[in-house]
Amino acid sequence: MDIKKEKLIDMYRVMVRIRTFEERVVKEFATGNIPGAAHIYAGEEAVATGACANLRPDDYITSTHRGHGHLIAKGGKTARMMAELYGKKTGYNKGKGGSMHIADMEMGILGAIAIVGASIPIAAGAALSAKMRGTDQVVICFLGDGATNTSRFHEGVNLAAIWNLPVVYVIENNMYAESTPLSAVCKLANASDRAKTYGIPGKTVDSNDVLAVYKAVREAVTRARKGQGPTLIECKTYRHRGHFEGDPQTYKTKEEVEEWRKKDPIPRFRRQLIEMGVLTEEDADKIAQEMKREIEKAVQFAEESPLPAPEEALEDVYA
Amino acid sequence: MREITYGQAINEAYDEELSRDPTVFILGEDIGKHWGAAFGEMKGLFDKHGPERIRQTPISETAILGSAIGAAVTGMRPIAFLFFADFLGVAMDEIINQLTPMRYIFGGKAKLPVTITCYSGAGVSNAAQHSKCVEGFLMSIPGLKIASPSTPYDAKGLLKSAIRDDNPVIYFVHKLILLSGIKGEVPEEEYTIPLGKADVKRKGNDVTVVAIGLMAHRALAAADKLQKEKGISIEVIDPRTVVPLDKQAIFDSLKKTGRLVIMDEEPKTGSAAAEIAAVVAEEAFDLLDAPIKRVCAPDTPIPFSPVLEKFWMPDEEDLVKAINEIM
Repeated sequence: MDIKKEKLIDMYRVMVRIRTFEERVVKEFATGNIPGAAHIYAGEEAVATGACANLRPDDYITSTHRGHGHLIAKGGKTARMMAELYGKKTGYNKGKGGSMHIADMEMGILGAIAIVGASIPIAAGAALSAKMRGTDQVVICFLGDGATNTSRFHEGVNLAAIWNLPVVYVIENNMYAESTPLSAVCKLANASDRAKTYGIPGKTVDSNDVLAVYKAVREAVTRARKGQGPTLIECKTYRHRGHFEGDPQTYKTKEEVEEWRKKDPIPRFRRQLIEMGVLTEEDADKIAQEMKREIEKAVQFAEESPLPAPEEALEDVYA
Repeated sequence: MREITYGQAINEAYDEELSRDPTVFILGEDIGKHWGAAFGEMKGLFDKHGPERIRQTPISETAILGSAIGAAVTGMRPIAFLFFADFLGVAMDEIINQLTPMRYIFGGKAKLPVTITCYSGAGVSNAAQHSKCVEGFLMSIPGLKIASPSTPYDAKGLLKSAIRDDNPVIYFVHKLILLSGIKGEVPEEEYTIPLGKADVKRKGNDVTVVAIGLMAHRALAAADKLQKEKGISIEVIDPRTVVPLDKQAIFDSLKKTGRLVIMDEEPKTGSAAAEIAAVVAEEAFDLLDAPIKRVCAPDTPIPFSPVLEKFWMPDEEDLVKAINEIM
């Protein structure tokens, strides 16, 4: 393995941070502390973590309605994220966006965009901008399997392909577009096969294995940085919870849920790191405790933060 | 002063802004070497500024506008050429859910200096999918500015301001004005026109006519006729941008005239004329001596046959009739 020990530990920490954050969101949403809707990323942590581990701070990502994991993996601060979920003034978006729209331009997080598929051409545009400005910045566009059936998938990926733009499209195929299984709405066994249509490379990876994601995206990011154009990477994954909190998930069988729980990417990576001698059981437990404390602090920050003044609803329409 | 056409004025504005600011670029269909956009107003830009900055795209309106948004939030100043105003419908998610609310939902952190340019207006038998004016339709979208220039002078000054603005601006090139080849005075020297400042195209004392885009020309023609034939003095105000709307210019005119007619090439219901009428009724009712009249198109799609289309478009006769009703 040619990945430094520190990087491996860091990736593990990010995965645990995401899971801990999401478990807490579930709790605070259920108790009514978080208004609106919550789309939980638990189960898919290896995708955001493995992908973003290839990025520099000045690289960009676009995210989706299920975006908490992407933001954390790109370096988003959990306290400001939680404050945004609570609708507080100290949140990333001053309480104007909420869970589905968190953005941090300084971290290259061009925002969670909650219309399915809309981020695909936007990511191409950010990549075009990087190219025109003569930087070697790269964009990762996270999208769901559902987005591959939108017209914008075709227009956006095609544009990125014809202009050789430095963007990596990471399809998180969690098997369901809301309640609809991908198999019912796509004839292809692998969504990555769609890459052929655009004359670009496509690859499918087992996304319970964070290192498999990391390596596949590394190759794509390297290509993009060299000016060789976009890549489509399909990450087969599973969301442990419903499309939204409160979704009864009648479209899933118990057996299927159980089977995927066994493949949970976090315990798997933990075992792997212990076997590799990168972590001890104690180290891993310590990370879990550390993340628990961090998220506890994030919740405390959110709770203690002031609400925006009602009239702030009128601000930020025009620059 | 020299006189140039509306199309030449637009071409100069694009050219000067491309030359002035390296982050400005245009992307859209058929804008390159051969056509220089469908009606040729971008001719020469490709040869001068090259394929990187005059980016001819596939027929992909959502990708044109979507990628413009991505480029804008990362430091560029794109001009998305969306061809006919009707095609804004193809990219409507980009307009109502991405471009315009993005700054707001991100808590004021994003800057979206995107200019959308497109051809608007009927009068050339292009039927219902290539002829719309949609100012009123767009006015209810917070976060957008809307420019509808009627003269070469306004066309140049407003386009330069639109491109320099840090907010999304939709800029309508009225195709009947463009194709008419009509000329107007445009100085050689650099100038811009602020977005949100109306222009009094003709001074008068009896009736205020607020006329948008091509309608300003028709209002001026009607005003000449009314002055000559009936001695009625019409003040013609071209708002130039319906958002921001220069309310004060309209109120100032009404202080003299007390009578308001709004002329707008859109189906009457929900038109820009409807909004302007509501603003005046709500904020300046005391200035009115007669009911507000709207001279708009009927609430139908735009017909093809010249005889039908001519009937459909608001014209001088419709305006004269409306004015007679309130005199």
